[in-house]
Amino acid sequence: MLFTSYEFIGFLLAVFVIYYLLPGKMQWPFLLLASYAFYFIADPRYLIFIAVTSVTTFFAAKAISDKKIAFDTWFKGHKKEYEKEERKALKAAEKSKEKKIFLACLLLNLGILAVTKYTNFTIANINSIMSTFGSENGISFVDLIIPMGISFYTFQSMGYLIDVYNGKHEAQDNLFKYGLFVSFFPQLVQGPISRYSDLSKTLYEEHRFNWRTVSFGLERILWGFFKKLVIADRILVAVQAIIADTDTYNGFYAFAGAMFYALELYADFTGGIDITIGVAETMGIKVTENFIRPYFSKNIKEYWNRWHITMGTWFTDYIFYPISASQFMMKLSKKSRAKLGNNLGKRVPVYLSSFIVWFTTGIWHGASWNFIVWGLGNFVVIMISQELDPFYRWFHSKVKVAGTFGWKLFQVVRTVLIMSSLRMFDCYRDVPLTFKMFGSIFTDFSPSQLKVEAFTGMGLTVYDYAVVFVGMLILVGVSLVQRSGSVREKIATLSAPIRFVIWYGLFMATLIFGAYGIGYSASQFIYNQF
Amino acid sequence: MLKKSLAVILSIAVAVSGLWFATKLLEPKYMSGILEGAMISEYYDDPTDHNVVFIGDCELYENISPVYLWNNYGINSYIRGSAQQLIWQSYYLAEETIRLEHPDAIVFNVLSMKYNEPQNEAYNRMTIDGMRWSSSKVGSINASMTDEENFIEYVFPILRYHSRWSDLNADDWDYLVNRDKVSFNGYYMRVDEKPAEDVPEGRPLTDYQFGDNAYYYLDKLTKLCKDNDVELILVKAPTLYPYWYDEWDQQMIDYAKSNDLTYINFLNLQDEMGLDWNKDTYDGGLHLNLSGAEKMSDYFGKVLVEEFNIPDRRGEAELDSYWNTVNDRYELEKERQTNNLELYGTVHDPDENK
Repeated sequence: MLFTSYEFIGFLLAVFVIYYLLPGKMQWPFLLLASYAFYFIADPRYLIFIAVTSVTTFFAAKAISDKKIAFDTWFKGHKKEYEKEERKALKAAEKSKEKKIFLACLLLNLGILAVTKYTNFTIANINSIMSTFGSENGISFVDLIIPMGISFYTFQSMGYLIDVYNGKHEAQDNLFKYGLFVSFFPQLVQGPISRYSDLSKTLYEEHRFNWRTVSFGLERILWGFFKKLVIADRILVAVQAIIADTDTYNGFYAFAGAMFYALELYADFTGGIDITIGVAETMGIKVTENFIRPYFSKNIKEYWNRWHITMGTWFTDYIFYPISASQFMMKLSKKSRAKLGNNLGKRVPVYLSSFIVWFTTGIWHGASWNFIVWGLGNFVVIMISQELDPFYRWFHSKVKVAGTFGWKLFQVVRTVLIMSSLRMFDCYRDVPLTFKMFGSIFTDFSPSQLKVEAFTGMGLTVYDYAVVFVGMLILVGVSLVQRSGSVREKIATLSAPIRFVIWYGLFMATLIFGAYGIGYSASQFIYNQF
Repeated sequence: MLKKSLAVILSIAVAVSGLWFATKLLEPKYMSGILEGAMISEYYDDPTDHNVVFIGDCELYENISPVYLWNNYGINSYIRGSAQQLIWQSYYLAEETIRLEHPDAIVFNVLSMKYNEPQNEAYNRMTIDGMRWSSSKVGSINASMTDEENFIEYVFPILRYHSRWSDLNADDWDYLVNRDKVSFNGYYMRVDEKPAEDVPEGRPLTDYQFGDNAYYYLDKLTKLCKDNDVELILVKAPTLYPYWYDEWDQQMIDYAKSNDLTYINFLNLQDEMGLDWNKDTYDGGLHLNLSGAEKMSDYFGKVLVEEFNIPDRRGEAELDSYWNTVNDRYELEKERQTNNLELYGTVHDPDENK
């Protein structure tokens, strides 16, 4: 069920009405039922996967949490009976038992994710290696289903398990409540990857109908639909045309394609997240923000703090820090400092940890070398940026441009261009073709490629481009206003007629200029595939 | 409180008016070029009770002239025709017609028996959009929708036609609310000629049997007419293409016989009607022109009067008045098309879209 389908709107309407008609205590069980119904409609087989993940992580976390509490209680009463070393040993023994449960659950769920998403990718690579060595008999591909949103809900569950294991919070006592945390339907298909400590604050609460909350939620949904239907799905046609015919659309077209895709991806992904957050908000539930105007970032590091924030923090908290602080890295740090000197040696474990994070980030996005190279591309850019830091400092000591509008603009444009170039790996068939098309921007540019007719031959008319352009201006305008606080809050302070004109205008613009219905192929949200 | 309530009511009124206006503006008007989309809704403007209602596709609305039937036989008739009208659409139009009036006879063209499944969204729209909301329209939508269609897009046409914003032209403003008449009691007139040459023979089919769904609706149509004491007359128009196979014809003969219906295959009556395929068609044998349609109407009118006792209602003041108006338009259109033919070599005005 696509977020932009009539079925979803009907489903949402039904859920919303029933939700507020039910007594408060029945609201969260109903949401669980609705979430499973949502998943069931997509494909009944998916239910098995999400149920397995929910049940195993619930019981593992519960067992760890119960053991932790029981041990802590026992230990409090008995610690005086033991010497310091004995107490350490007792704690270590307890942690070891918890670790076994933790690792078993982690491996099971990451195993499910790996098997469903990466089996055929692995087979393809084995076959490729075998054919290099002359073997003609490759391994047959297997027909596996990839449950919708598996990467999102697996990561969300694993985050919860790790937090319980690390003692950040106790485990949830109610299997069904936990089941809702994993399967909450608005965020099931494309995130955000919520933390239990955040989402649980409002997920299980009783919510009475509050017009302000509901209207704010609806406004956010409408804004999401505008971004997705008016901008993303309209420019998608040109992006697809450019990608599909690389013989024709190289040079400046490849550059234009990268820019169009940057716009499409932003409008698509943030639009989807707006719908997710808006839907939750109409029911009084607060879902974590996932974007803070990322295209205003001045460098890649900042960009990743503002784009798909919940994924970034997940990788930082659950992969980067544990790896950086691992015994192996400590030993490596010591060795590298000894051999390479303090300055260079201390970077080795940091860079290795970053490399692992970006490799996993890449492969999380999809089972293909394109995504792996994209992830590693980000790693390389960030590392170069860090290494150039002394040069930047020297430059700014000589040239006094830092802080000026021109320099800030340059930084923003530079970041957008670098990120858009890296995202070309999302678009093209394979890695060599992506490099070829990127190279063509510099080698195959021709003034004839700038003609309007060339762009109207991509399946879009001048009117379509005009709609996209105006839509983009509105996006930029809203982002600029947003820097000083919530746009919805600001609009709420305006007089009723002006509020009406703004929201009704947005509704009519989406209704009329949206790319939906017959004549348009319903486009899945890009991040649904992850 | 009162002020707030008024503000809410005003907001709703403005919002609904805006939606209504946008819908009206974006809906296709079918006032030039493809006129067929405007024909179904014109039926509701005819205040008279019809003795004969023709229901079917272009083989009826381009081949029978109700004006000729009135002028020469006093038959008050209407064609509820639309492009590629499928049998379930014909059934629901018949159901609605019988609910609105009580004709003596319904004439159904059997070419649509060859379609067993929904075909084309654009044609669906041309038939269904013009219908007034009723259980018949709902039934027709549900029976006709292709996989790409959604019921809600019929309820709120703006969801279907929103993408026309970049195709809006003067017609969309001129005919925002009111439309011109494009037909003459459902008849689509063409006076030009294009001889039927090299009409292709039908290619052999793997299966000549009409589908279950087509028969299901033909049975429903038969029952509907019998239950309401309306004579159902099955016809096959005399046009040469699409090809009408002997095997199909036999199935209709058998069906009519077993259900005690009349089936007339006008393909077998071309000589009796005096059709001349060099002069009586405007598109090489697919459809008849005015000359051909009047020849067929002349023959069929006689059949309706003699075999089905359809009364001559000339002399009824209300009908005379109505038909005088239609007749005037009919003659004017004949003159307009003839003049255009002489001036431009085509029946269309130079500034027409088509």
